[in-house]
Amino acid sequence: MVDQPYSTAPQQREAATMGMFVFLGTEIMLFGGLFAVALGLRLAHPREFIDASLQLHVWIGAVNTAVLLTSSALVALAVHAARAHQHRATSILFNSAAVLGVVFLGLKAFEYATEYREGLLLPPVGVQRLFMDLYLVSTGLHALHVTVGAGLLAAVAAFAPRRPLLVEDTGLFWHLVDAIWVFLYPVLYLAR
Amino acid sequence: MEQARKRLAIVWLALIALLALTVAGSFTVTGASSAIVSFGVAAAKVALIFWFFMQLRTEKGLIRVFAVGAIAWLLILLLFAAIDYATR
Amino acid sequence: MTDVPANKHANPHDIRDRGLSETPEQRASYLRAGHTLRSWFLTTDHKRIALLYLVAVTFFFFVGGIAAALIRIDLLTPQGDLLSNEGYNRAFTLHGVIMVWFFLIPSIPNTFGNFLIPLMIGAKDLAFPRLNLLGWYIYVIGGMFTLFVLVAGGVDTGWTFYTPLSSMFAHGQVVMAATAVFIVGFSSILTGLNFIVTIHKLRCPGMTWGRLPLFVWSHYATSLILVLATPVLSITLALIAAERLFGLGVFDPRLGGDPLLYQHLFWFYSHPAVYIMVLPALGVVSELIAAAARKPVFGYWFVAGSSMAIAAVGFLVWGHHMFVAGESMYAGAVFSFLSLVVAVPSAVKVYNWTATLYKGQIAIDPPFLFAASFIGLFVFGGLTGLVLAMLAIDMHVHDTYFVIAHFHYIMVGGTVSAYFGALHFWWPKMFGRTYPMVWGRIMALLIYLGFNLTFFPQFILGYLGMPRRYHVYPPEWQVWNVLSSTGASILGIAYVLPFVYLIWSLRYGPPSPPNPWGVTGLEWTVPSPPPKENFAETPVVDYPAYNYPLELEEGARG
Repeated sequence: MVDQPYSTAPQQREAATMGMFVFLGTEIMLFGGLFAVALGLRLAHPREFIDASLQLHVWIGAVNTAVLLTSSALVALAVHAARAHQHRATSILFNSAAVLGVVFLGLKAFEYATEYREGLLLPPVGVQRLFMDLYLVSTGLHALHVTVGAGLLAAVAAFAPRRPLLVEDTGLFWHLVDAIWVFLYPVLYLAR
Repeated sequence: MEQARKRLAIVWLALIALLALTVAGSFTVTGASSAIVSFGVAAAKVALIFWFFMQLRTEKGLIRVFAVGAIAWLLILLLFAAIDYATR
Repeated sequence: MTDVPANKHANPHDIRDRGLSETPEQRASYLRAGHTLRSWFLTTDHKRIALLYLVAVTFFFFVGGIAAALIRIDLLTPQGDLLSNEGYNRAFTLHGVIMVWFFLIPSIPNTFGNFLIPLMIGAKDLAFPRLNLLGWYIYVIGGMFTLFVLVAGGVDTGWTFYTPLSSMFAHGQVVMAATAVFIVGFSSILTGLNFIVTIHKLRCPGMTWGRLPLFVWSHYATSLILVLATPVLSITLALIAAERLFGLGVFDPRLGGDPLLYQHLFWFYSHPAVYIMVLPALGVVSELIAAAARKPVFGYWFVAGSSMAIAAVGFLVWGHHMFVAGESMYAGAVFSFLSLVVAVPSAVKVYNWTATLYKGQIAIDPPFLFAASFIGLFVFGGLTGLVLAMLAIDMHVHDTYFVIAHFHYIMVGGTVSAYFGALHFWWPKMFGRTYPMVWGRIMALLIYLGFNLTFFPQFILGYLGMPRRYHVYPPEWQVWNVLSSTGASILGIAYVLPFVYLIWSLRYGPPSPPNPWGVTGLEWTVPSPPPKENFAETPVVDYPAYNYPLELEEGARG
């Protein structure tokens, strides 16, 4: 099955993969702006940045990292199954990964709520305020991506497990959401 | 087939181990060496994700360039901003 | 009136052949493949989407132009009696926002790039036709937001949205304007992504990288900037909006935030964005020059490589906008040096165009005249850019009309001239009709003269110290401002008139043969206008770009 401007299936597959990686590049640059903000903040106020980072819940972040890494592994297995034409397995694995995405969001919401109770979320002044602003914006934007990604995984699992290009591209997106968290975690939680 | 699944499982274990390492590092080292540990581990994790999960190991060179191109470009922003902050 | 049958290829220079009825080529073309509104607004044909962009982009060009007219009328007198201070701020802000994001950035890539890249590389369409259409709708939605900002009272921060002005002090619709630019950014990203994949994956057999027209090379370089820089602007604008709406503080100096960080992020996008605006124009000029000289472009690989070099080095120079803003002087020195370096590939292009024209058989057609004025104005704009890149001189002329004149030489003298040149060069291909050459020649000259009269006095004003964004000035500067406003009115007329005779030509222009200029390139091998699927069968290329016969001189080596 080859669509309009293409003449062969491998050509279409390569175009889809390349397009997806270019898109992922734009996502990296999007979060890159926030990483630059974090860098600027840390270089301008090194001590206060570390103090603010120490207030965050390292362990919730660590569990959430593990959740995302595991879901990513499941997605990798799903893509592998799709290549072997095991479409049922693909669906099940995608759905499991989406559930782990929801678990991530639940833990994140719990973490926000805890921080709010502790009066940590919206401190009135100072560098800690800037740090928490950055924390909220970057984890919020990331949570938005997790939401979209989990929705995509569930949608592909339900409607299109037989379309290899969709399965692979959705998988790539999920891996990148995971990879961005892998960097957000040390930037925000592990500044020492 | 079976081998590929086993490989993904090993990569997953390695990722979890790296996570444990970076959390442990956050309690033991501080200062510049802490940054080296936490970002070194993060880079290693992302490299594993890109190479095995995102299948770069089987893609052509061009796709690999596209995959890491944006990361390299981001370093330009970070590097020059850091030069300004460090010497302001 | 004449008995020239409309279905024959007529002589395009024969003004008596009105070609009133449709030609067979037109009947079989993409223009007639579906007549319903739906067939236009839900099309995935890159040529139709290009025309949708052409209409939308030209509309915003004139909206931005009206704001420019208000500015120039207000500056006729030193008192500033047409607009209030606030009104003047809003006029130049909207002029900047609309011209940068709704005209200059999409102008050449989204119209001519969209139309020509598949034709030039022998493809049926772009790699992702539906994304292409989506990009147009995103552009239109962003445009609607901008028009809303316009009627809702405007915005007064300048197009740069500098903090803390935009976050703490500005009154107008800052959030809405930022949203508009945020939205249109996604259109840019989709276009860049589509072009990159298209150029990699859809080249026809034999169309190697070394055989690509230089127009395609420059669009490839542009696309890389579009996808790498635009997302940084998106997140920065989102932070501005969050700062205004929720009191986010990362740019707020009262909380320890850093306004300069905003400038770093903004210019990391916006300086490369300057090259987004000018690189496609450089590609157009390479085509027009080769066509005018009917010779291969001198030093093909240098011209192609210089596009890539401009795209890459263009990312390393953004700090030259911040020399007097409090940036570290060491960083300033590095940025100053790199800003001088980026002039080298631009100069390579100019030298190579000149060498291409040398001993060419030049026809003084409108496209050549536009290309020639481009070269002149681009050189002038580029050399004054070197002046501004010097740390010490920038201290004197920073934020003066010298800067305004410099970037208008590049953006208006350069990009807009190339836009009109492209319009005059490819119009017969796009619509299958030719326009009166004499009008094209007159307009090219008028634009050149009007442009110089508008902007040259601004160099002098800037050198004398007139700051940008002020409409009240000492009376001794009035003469220069009056000269500039006079030039602007000439320029305004010269920008409107081409649309009159070009639209006239759609019905009354003589039909165009497939290759009215007698030039090379795959787009000229198909009928004018091209059929919906571009090529009846996929072309195969076994010759280089600009494959003109070489005429060896007496005694030249064979």
